[in-house]
Amino acid sequence: MDAAALTSRFPATQDLAGKDMPTYRVAGSDLLAVVSALRDEQGFDLLADLCGLELQGRPVRFGVVIHLLSTTHKEYVRLHVDAVNDRVPSVSSLHPGANWHEREAFDMFGIVFEGHPDPRRILMWDSYPYHPLRKDFPLAGIEVPFPAADVAEVTGQKVEPAPMMGGPFVSHGGKLSEGEPSALDQSWTEEKPKA
Amino acid sequence: MVKSDFGYNSKVEGEVIVTRADAVVNWVRSNSVWPMPMGLACCAIELMAAGGSRFDISRFGMEVMRFSPRQADCMIVAGTVTYKMAEVVRRIYDQMAEPKWVVAMGACASTGGMYRSYATLQGVDNIVPVDIYISGCPPRPEALLDGMMLLQEKIRNEGGSLRRTFRGRTVETKIVS
Repeated sequence: MDAAALTSRFPATQDLAGKDMPTYRVAGSDLLAVVSALRDEQGFDLLADLCGLELQGRPVRFGVVIHLLSTTHKEYVRLHVDAVNDRVPSVSSLHPGANWHEREAFDMFGIVFEGHPDPRRILMWDSYPYHPLRKDFPLAGIEVPFPAADVAEVTGQKVEPAPMMGGPFVSHGGKLSEGEPSALDQSWTEEKPKA
Repeated sequence: MVKSDFGYNSKVEGEVIVTRADAVVNWVRSNSVWPMPMGLACCAIELMAAGGSRFDISRFGMEVMRFSPRQADCMIVAGTVTYKMAEVVRRIYDQMAEPKWVVAMGACASTGGMYRSYATLQGVDNIVPVDIYISGCPPRPEALLDGMMLLQEKIRNEGGSLRRTFRGRTVETKIVS
């Protein structure tokens, strides 16, 4: 790929010296122009992946990574975009395949894709109030009302946290035998180290 | 069968069989369970295998998988029930006509299984009454057949099968001869 053409045309673009493929940090304002230039001028015609990520300890909390593949030159390029104010322009207009990927990134991280044709959740139900892959969201979950009010009325069911401790895969009275498989105690996290 | 529901002696009754209405109704129901395959995950693959010629669920009169809840008697919940899907499972259960039974097939449907997370219902018995639980991840087709035979046994021994309570209302079936 022609790296010089990219960095000279978009001065905000920064080469991250990726080890496995050319990797660039792209400004959100340049994203559509960069993806469009890569697609139309350099043959990166296939969006292989688009995912959200949360980077702790960085000024911008969320980011988006886009992998593009050129089916003619058989090479990849990776683009990093910081989600300033949790917002990133949507590339669905250039690569329709990005539609569901962006909905998933929105569902799991709360990254808003500006200009997305259908900005709904995709995995969790529409009324779900949280974004579960955020680092501050507990794996066990948070209690919220059941998705359907009429079913909740009949069954009395709520969406309940299901912590690993107390579950069927953690033994209660310590280890019963060496051969017994048991899950790890996950009450510790990156912030709260194991006692 | 240990318990004899039918009294029949050709020398005494001739061409007449004497029995109880309950026993006949239960016998008919237990041998024509039409399952509603609620296939939600990998357990559904084993459920399909049970329908194939090697395991042949039709030996028990259960090969008539109905994808419409109106025509089904027994919902086989085969797989992980997420909270998003739980609503659908309950709605389909509500649409099934009485009498109806539910089989929780595999670890996920029974307890949530290894999916102890924010997204998964921890056991389908939280939203529908379950008659038979089948362990395994996923259970082999033999385990499913064993569970279904247990369900047949349960149906055969149901008392007052012509009178059932449904949503607090007693429904009575009348036999007209």
